Amino acid sequence: MYRYDEFDAAFVADRLNQFSDQVQRRLSGELTEEQFRIHRLMNGVYLQLHAYMLRVAIPYGALSPRQLRKLAHIARRYDKGFGHFTTRQNIQFNWPALKDIPEILGELASVEMHAIQTSGNCIRNVTADHFAGAAADEIEDPRPYAEILRQWSSIHPEFTYLPRKFKLALSGAPHDRAAIQVHDIGYQLVKNEAGETGFAVYVGGGLGRTPMVGHKIRDFLPTKDLLAYTQAIVRVYNLEGRRDNKYKARIKILVHEKGFEAMRDAVEAEFAADKSDLLALPQNEIARISAYFAPPALTERPADSQALKARRARDPAFAGFVDVNVAKHRQDGYGLVTISLKPIGGIPGDATAEQMELVAELAEKFGHDEIRVSHEQNLVLPHVALDDLPAVYDALRAQGLATANAGLISDIISCPGMDYCSLATARSIPVAQRISERFADGPRAREIGAMKIKISGCINACGHHHVGHIGILGLERKGVETYQLTLGGSGDESCTLGDITGPGFSYEDVVDAVETVVDAYMGLRASPDEDFLSAYRRVGMAPFKKALYERDSGSDI
Amino acid sequence: MPQVISANRLSDGIVVFRAPGGRWVEQLRDAQILPDAGAVKAALGLVEADIRANHVIEVAAFDVAVKGDHVEPVHLRDKIRAKGPTTHPGHGKQAAH
Repeated sequence: MYRYDEFDAAFVADRLNQFSDQVQRRLSGELTEEQFRIHRLMNGVYLQLHAYMLRVAIPYGALSPRQLRKLAHIARRYDKGFGHFTTRQNIQFNWPALKDIPEILGELASVEMHAIQTSGNCIRNVTADHFAGAAADEIEDPRPYAEILRQWSSIHPEFTYLPRKFKLALSGAPHDRAAIQVHDIGYQLVKNEAGETGFAVYVGGGLGRTPMVGHKIRDFLPTKDLLAYTQAIVRVYNLEGRRDNKYKARIKILVHEKGFEAMRDAVEAEFAADKSDLLALPQNEIARISAYFAPPALTERPADSQALKARRARDPAFAGFVDVNVAKHRQDGYGLVTISLKPIGGIPGDATAEQMELVAELAEKFGHDEIRVSHEQNLVLPHVALDDLPAVYDALRAQGLATANAGLISDIISCPGMDYCSLATARSIPVAQRISERFADGPRAREIGAMKIKISGCINACGHHHVGHIGILGLERKGVETYQLTLGGSGDESCTLGDITGPGFSYEDVVDAVETVVDAYMGLRASPDEDFLSAYRRVGMAPFKKALYERDSGSDI
Repeated sequence: MPQVISANRLSDGIVVFRAPGGRWVEQLRDAQILPDAGAVKAALGLVEADIRANHVIEVAAFDVAVKGDHVEPVHLRDKIRAKGPTTHPGHGKQAAH
């Protein structure tokens, strides 16, 4: 885990003092709201539907137990006892008072956390694969590079007022768990023919009102050029990106309007023009940062755990949890445990202070002090001995955290929607709750298999609906919520945007519509091994459209 | 259509409604119902002083339906602001009931 050096600590302390002063001047009336707004946004403070919202950065989704305990403390003391983990690997507090926010930021700084650059037209929290440093399929840990990018992009003087926000994501494995192709820049660690490690670079991806899949702009970028190349991309964007229309200001629009080849040529020219070598990463610096992310000393264990086998044999619920929520670790005898924040009928991404404290305790006892936040709004213990799974499971279950649905139909991404967000046009959380109740995490969900449902409450697409296997977009038509379905989207290495099924469905009918799609899939899949996405790619929209819109009269949809 | 003026309180962001006499109250039932556009315009003019004095931000009028003593926002968004998240019955103004 990265630890602040004196420069980081001084930087966060300076910003805290600066923002505390700005808050005081706002409360005293010295600053108007118009003057203050940009400062509060630069420090992660939004005004939402019911109150202020504070968005705290969790760089590349990595948390220590001490940090998670602090988040629990903040939830309890300054909020209503819970926090909401987001698709950007951040946490949001929904009810803090402005007058308390300097104190909250002070609490965060004491555990090396902050809310800087979680809003505004700057480079946002850098995200990464939540299985980084533990996944069996990983080429190299992306977190050191994410940390290098974080340090470089923090109050970068040239890139503090970009045309629009800018998001970077990194993956260290061929299987993309970080949705890098729908980010402004996506970096994928790869090996070249000489066996050297570098990055495949994707530019111009994004969701929102104009969804785009990123273009691969480079097959191989040496790791030492990470910052210089990022600078070239952001520099071209900063100079050429549109500032006349905020809806056309993201880099994806520039890439689209300029053309991918022209964009690539401009970036390469900018990259080649900088002969300074100022940003070339020295190997010893990469090694210095990488040392913070050294894998924990895991005791050698047999690949098969007798404790796991014995419990599995007598406890089907435990067996279901292990089958669904435990992923393959790169070291025998260990597993990656996904702690689902999607209890059946619950609010995706919410965790109570007590739940956070339990996860912190489990990370200390069984998880080598590491916790991850996934962009799918779950928590992860990345290094758990298989022998310890029964104890971990029992503790999770006691706190309502043992829902066995990771990657299944009730593991739904949902934005806060109209229940909290001032931009939303429809509710999304209650739709997620009803779908979760309909399909749950039992045999039916397991029979359906891998299924990613993603729900957004407006076209800004914070719920990533375009890349959901089933995507749901909540809109408002003539004062009434209506929900558009998309099918066949995917945010992984086979990234595709979903296709719209047709006319939308009412709030009352949308869950039945999802069930109609699921039933149609179950009826047409070639075998139980053909997951929904594969089946959709094979058969296309027609059978689903027919099932949804050509039902007999008297249909409940 | 009758309207009510709402805002967020600067210090904590909580939704407030303008009551008779220019007070800001947390419950919609205590708000002043403005019967027509003229009344809304006049009240919004008076609110300017509260904005300048930094008591409230994000001031806006919204449509309400009045049935006897009961006031109900017309649009879902305003209903949620007046009550709290539909997903957390214990949070927001609905918790006070």
